[in-house]
Amino acid sequence: MNIKESAGDRLLLIIMYVAITVFAIACLLPFVTVLSSSLSTETAIMTYGFKVFPKEFSLEAFRLLLQDETIYRSYGVTIFITVVGTTLAMLVTCAMAYPLSLRSLKYRNYITFYVFFTMLFHGGLVTSYILITKYLGMTDTIWVLIIPSLLNPFNMFLMRNFFKSIDESLAESAKIDGANDIYIMFRIMIPVSLPAMAAISLFYAIAFWNKWFEAMLYIRNENLFPLQYLIKRILDSADFSRQLAQDITLAEYATPTLTTRMAATIVTIGPIIFLYPFLQKYFVKGLLIGSVKG
Amino acid sequence: MDSAIPYQRQSQKINTKKKNSFFQEIRKNHLLYLLTLPGILLIFVFAYLPIFGIVIAFQDFRPIEGVFGSPFVGFENFRFFFESTEIYRVVFNTVYLNLLFILCVMVVSVSIAIAFSEINSKKFKVFMQTIVTLPHFLSWTVVAMIVSIFLPYQGGMVNQILNMFGNESITFYNEAKYWPFFLVVIKIWHAAGFGSIVYLATISGINPEIFESASIDGASRWRKIWHITLPMLKPTIILLMLLALGGIFYGDFGMIYAIVGPNALLYPTTDVIDTYVYRALMELGNMSMSSAVGLFQSFVGFILVLTVNQITRKYSPDSALY
Repeated sequence: MNIKESAGDRLLLIIMYVAITVFAIACLLPFVTVLSSSLSTETAIMTYGFKVFPKEFSLEAFRLLLQDETIYRSYGVTIFITVVGTTLAMLVTCAMAYPLSLRSLKYRNYITFYVFFTMLFHGGLVTSYILITKYLGMTDTIWVLIIPSLLNPFNMFLMRNFFKSIDESLAESAKIDGANDIYIMFRIMIPVSLPAMAAISLFYAIAFWNKWFEAMLYIRNENLFPLQYLIKRILDSADFSRQLAQDITLAEYATPTLTTRMAATIVTIGPIIFLYPFLQKYFVKGLLIGSVKG
Repeated sequence: MDSAIPYQRQSQKINTKKKNSFFQEIRKNHLLYLLTLPGILLIFVFAYLPIFGIVIAFQDFRPIEGVFGSPFVGFENFRFFFESTEIYRVVFNTVYLNLLFILCVMVVSVSIAIAFSEINSKKFKVFMQTIVTLPHFLSWTVVAMIVSIFLPYQGGMVNQILNMFGNESITFYNEAKYWPFFLVVIKIWHAAGFGSIVYLATISGINPEIFESASIDGASRWRKIWHITLPMLKPTIILLMLLALGGIFYGDFGMIYAIVGPNALLYPTTDVIDTYVYRALMELGNMSMSSAVGLFQSFVGFILVLTVNQITRKYSPDSALY
């Protein structure tokens, strides 16, 4: 285009750059404040309040946090449910999505409706609670954080739509060569669906990583608290910081409640912040798979 | 590929000769049906059993006697709920907060998407997009931690700013009236950047020739946004709004419970159906009454989704749910 931009156009463009930058700073500012508070002394926060830049630098909060085994245990729980949960969820999801994507499967519409109906009508919290605590006896097991979440209908339909978009002749020719359906799914359909697999695995992984509500409902054993629920416990009471600092008996020692909270937050969100820039494009892709109408 | 065609015809011929009975279909595709089995079982246990369990809303549920042994009491639990004054408050809060969330997030998402679409520098765009979508991936408990930096009476950032301009500090955790505003800001922070992706994808799908010919006709940037981009976005906006309206009867439990928690002072503006049900279950231990509330919510929610889908089907058949 060789049309010269008018002053008004250029002004509007500048406003847009500024608006996006301001919004991005607003998105980032809380993270910076959490980080700087975690690197500050407890007394500085109590005297001056939370600041974007630390007033008195200290690694005390991290030192206390990382010498206690609680955070490592919770990390272990979170990593376990994320890895095992995502793997199993992808297996269950693909195993259902692939057959439902085939036009040759006669009863696929019944199964689709069976799954779809659960997106429209829910039994509600109370009956699930009674089922899991009274009839399934899953209280205080790590599996209560994994098994009920293994099939997300929305993700399943995204995956099905992606399988549908693959040329059917690919599976057909394999069938002629004598391959069975399970072989076709694992060896042909899944390898050609890697972008969608990556995106949907990430959706599941984030959901497992961020799980806390189920832990609040069903888990009393502190050894099984996932990170996100540990964070909530830390926010709701000062017990945790007292536990961290129990060996310290200095006069005028302020129990590092606020700073350990922030340090625990940093430790919790750290992996997401570091991995996110590399994974972002898959999330975007995954979101846009949904716009392929199935 | 050539050899596949005669084979296909042949198998079709055989198929039509056979009677298409249920067992033949199962035998023919047994591996495929086997694959769907884990999912079917999971959904049966964790989605359908709770739906059948709703009978306890009509019972005087006693945990020891269980679903099968508790006596039926008809609509007693519903009467109890509808006669309390709290129902109107929680229903109002649920709908009101959701409407605020949907509208505000939509306006901000669309604005961000339009701003992104006008920016030419690809590096700037990718960098900024990474930042603005990041908050969406944090759990609400982490967000609650972040809120605890901003809102405390002592040392909270919001009060620091108020003090800077010579205003008195406010005890936000005691004042319910500010919370709809805070919740909306938090929601925008959490969702708007991520929400802009879909709108941006729609904008980049617009034929660039339309913009070019408008430029040749001397249209300003603003007029192009107003007369091309926004009208082209309208179907997407309406569709996403409709879908969101279908869920308007479900409060965002994760968000509100993580941030507000059991702070009774803030209930007047923040208590939604979901937090109310949770409290009735965990604090009062009244399972029958809380499941009656849950059933009321599911029922209205179901009607809403069906209604919204009917409207969507009329408006744009391609984007209806079913």
